[in-house]
Amino acid sequence: MATEPRLIPGIGESLRRYEDDRFIRGQGTFVADVTLPRMTHMAVLRSPLARARIRSINASKAFTLPGVIVVITGELLARRNLAWMPTASGDVQSVLAVDEVRYQGQEVACVIAEDPYTAHDALQLLEVDYEPLPPLVDATEALSPEAPLVRADKPDNRCYEWEVGDAAATERAFAEAAHITTLDTYYPRCHPAPLECCACLADVDPSVGRARVYLTSQAPHAHRTVLAQLIGLPENRVQVISPDLGGAFGNKVPIYPGYVVAVVASFLLARPVRWVEDRTGNLLATGFARDYRMRGELALAADGRMLGLRVRLLSDHGAFFADVQPSKLKAGLFHVVTGSYDIPAAHIIATGVHTNKAPGGVAYRCSFRVTEAAFLIERLVTTAAVELGVDPADLRRRNFIRAEQFPYRTATGLLYDSGDYRMALDLALEKAGYAQLRKEQEQARKRGRLIGIGISSFTEVTGAGPSRDYDLMGIKMFDAAELAIGPTGKAILKLGVQSQGQGHETTFAQIVGHELGISPDDVAVHHGDTDNTPYGLGTFGSRSTPTGGAATAVVCRQLLDKAKKIAGYLLEVDVEDVGWEPGRFFVKGADEREITIQQVAAAAYVNPPEDMEPGLDAVSYYDPPQLSFPFGTYVVAVEVNPETGEWKVLKVVAVDDCGVRINPMIVDGQIMGGLTEGYAIAAMQRIDFDAQGASTAPTFEEYLVPSAWETPRFELHEMVTPCPHHPLGAKGVGEAPTVGSPAAFVNAVIDALSHLGVRNIDMPLTADRVWEAMEAARPRKEPAPAEEPLAGTP
Amino acid sequence: MHISLGVNGQPVDADVEPRMLLVHFLRDVAKLTGTQVGCDTTTCGTCTVLLDGMAVKSCGLFAVQVEGREITTIEGLAPHGNLNPVQEGFKICHALQCGFCTPGMILASVALLTANPDPTEDQVRWALSGNLCRCTGYANIVRAVQWAAEKMKKEPPAPTGMGAILASHASSQPPHVGRDGN
Repeated sequence: MATEPRLIPGIGESLRRYEDDRFIRGQGTFVADVTLPRMTHMAVLRSPLARARIRSINASKAFTLPGVIVVITGELLARRNLAWMPTASGDVQSVLAVDEVRYQGQEVACVIAEDPYTAHDALQLLEVDYEPLPPLVDATEALSPEAPLVRADKPDNRCYEWEVGDAAATERAFAEAAHITTLDTYYPRCHPAPLECCACLADVDPSVGRARVYLTSQAPHAHRTVLAQLIGLPENRVQVISPDLGGAFGNKVPIYPGYVVAVVASFLLARPVRWVEDRTGNLLATGFARDYRMRGELALAADGRMLGLRVRLLSDHGAFFADVQPSKLKAGLFHVVTGSYDIPAAHIIATGVHTNKAPGGVAYRCSFRVTEAAFLIERLVTTAAVELGVDPADLRRRNFIRAEQFPYRTATGLLYDSGDYRMALDLALEKAGYAQLRKEQEQARKRGRLIGIGISSFTEVTGAGPSRDYDLMGIKMFDAAELAIGPTGKAILKLGVQSQGQGHETTFAQIVGHELGISPDDVAVHHGDTDNTPYGLGTFGSRSTPTGGAATAVVCRQLLDKAKKIAGYLLEVDVEDVGWEPGRFFVKGADEREITIQQVAAAAYVNPPEDMEPGLDAVSYYDPPQLSFPFGTYVVAVEVNPETGEWKVLKVVAVDDCGVRINPMIVDGQIMGGLTEGYAIAAMQRIDFDAQGASTAPTFEEYLVPSAWETPRFELHEMVTPCPHHPLGAKGVGEAPTVGSPAAFVNAVIDALSHLGVRNIDMPLTADRVWEAMEAARPRKEPAPAEEPLAGTP
Repeated sequence: MHISLGVNGQPVDADVEPRMLLVHFLRDVAKLTGTQVGCDTTTCGTCTVLLDGMAVKSCGLFAVQVEGREITTIEGLAPHGNLNPVQEGFKICHALQCGFCTPGMILASVALLTANPDPTEDQVRWALSGNLCRCTGYANIVRAVQWAAEKMKKEPPAPTGMGAILASHASSQPPHVGRDGN
């Protein structure tokens, strides 16, 4: 399957996006924009309590409201064996609670009404008798014998136990170490929070046994398979349409209870049912990410060489293991935690636990736990540099996997395909003016100003994945492309991946244009409709270009095989004598005898060779031979206010290497967006739970999304190390900046405070936390005499 | 309650519940689905429309409050297909990715440029700070607004709303059903 990368001009053009023409006119079609005749509206009643027994649900008052059609409860679903559903991680999840609610915001009942206002009014009239029970809120308490049990079927609150690496070799490395750096850190629970919440419009016609479901779905084909099995319809009678998505970032990979109830209700009513989630529902009950307690230990030799890495993880998955992980990898790709460094021994133990929180652990803008891993190693290396008294850039340089070591097998078993980490670091330091920044930092300190410089030299994993190791619910993680050229030379490309803003209609048209030598204007890209596209796993984990992009290149080449035969027939030479360059076939040795790809396409329909089927199309299901490993270095400079703990970003320099860039404008857009989300996680996004298990961030008033005003300016630079096993040399890019940047921001703030003795502050680095860390590190002074006024007070 | 107002230059009469939010009126009654809803707390700005030329969040107003006023939605910004310079700038400067915040972001930008035809970067960032975007990181949005400002110095945009009607005969956008948005 592996082919030599071909660096051909054409790819690399910052073509303006085709999809923009509808969005700038307000003519995008999101799920909530679709209306159908006789459509009904669903509203969801959510539990106000994190843990309670449901004694009874009385819906009778709801029916006093004109326009209420039906109330769906867990009991009603249980009669149809639908109160529970399987999750993609091999667990089960409640659709509507029957016995007990297990997290705040859990779906308890749904009202279907003639209009959305009535449906929401009716929620107020549902009477649920809860018997409150003590919730389990803290993951560290979950394994205690005294802890409340979240689930009767999980007797020790344990979700999984997972281990990777060589414990004995790592033990030996630590025994030999001259220095051991230990970092305990918590990657907090955060939320992808796309601006469009989840939504579903289910249109089931039980009389003919057919369902059409408009869904906010990053993986429409996989969701079709799951929904068909859940509702008991043959899969070929279920059509999932994922129209335009208003962002997703991993939030729209899982199947949510609201989807299932809408489909079931439509089945029962034989009418379309639309459910549009509100923001509070989205932030309380869907798509949580991270929530990882991590202890990292790094063993170093006296000269600063890294000898071994030991990691202990405690992951809070909430009440159900409902995120999507490859079935063989409970902690996803966390074992990329050795990062960009040549560390000979590593050992990781991961424990997942259940608590009375909403299901968590979705891969928010990263491949399965890569973000947590990159954060840990980049924080750990910087901490080691502080402890050893060396420059964090030097410590990185000394330990990087060298360019000539690729392909490189990590101590945890991953095979890195390509990279040049040192060049990325050096470029980033040069562009940031690192030496000068260090001087300014020193001078600023003398004047009492706190400037810090943070580095993150991350390695990211994209393109899951090779079928021998990667599957979701047993389905191999290939992806597909189907290409047809019609008689007039215009192409239609159909994809199994699904755009959420990445610009597939443009990037993939460019790939086809480049491969076939036609204008991208002549390529229409279809995606998101399962009746109209080949089966694929969808878009998440930065896999579209590594899998779907590769499939597109391969399908073009397959199509050209047939086109070449037709060209030989038309040029009246043997196929071996037909030459090709993008756009035209010619007779080898007689270049002037040529025929365009458009003429060949026409001939395929009007004048095909007698021994050949008419038409010109092909389909490819691309199974990537390996994962791909983008990388880069981010350098961040910040200034911390010594009085308040507030900090501002002075500079962000980002060097990204994602292999060959198909549309550099789109790539840069992805990087700036990802850096912004990384900054938000590091700086301001905080979801805490009180002792009752209630979320402190149920709206955008508490869960902060940075606006244009708060967002830093970014300076971007690129490197191109082609992916050796991708037909175009490309790797994924959408997630690298979210993976790599949080550590750079935190390292910068810690660097500003390290001379005070501050070693760690857990994200988000809100002013109060930074101030507390400074206060804790500050040498205690005698309290000032009461009668002496404090300096600066009026 | 009965209300009369102008929407994108056309008179609209309707009977609505007093509690109906303007955004729901626009989406469900006027069938203009370009205006989106992204939060429940008037935080995100995806529902931004122009009220007599002023940017407002249409989830923070009842439909009955705009009796007699003129509303411009994203659908009313390009009469006869002539894009507003801000719309053009958004495409040229890659100021959108998923497109969900785009209508509100464009209308907030139009309102800014009406009040301040030559804003600095900081002025753009401040003026748009009530409109959230999760995809772009804003830098290209700022560029797009400044690109539009430059263009408008050279040629003023075609009038929108009632102005467009007066200028010539208005074209109305048909409500669209299904996924083909082109």
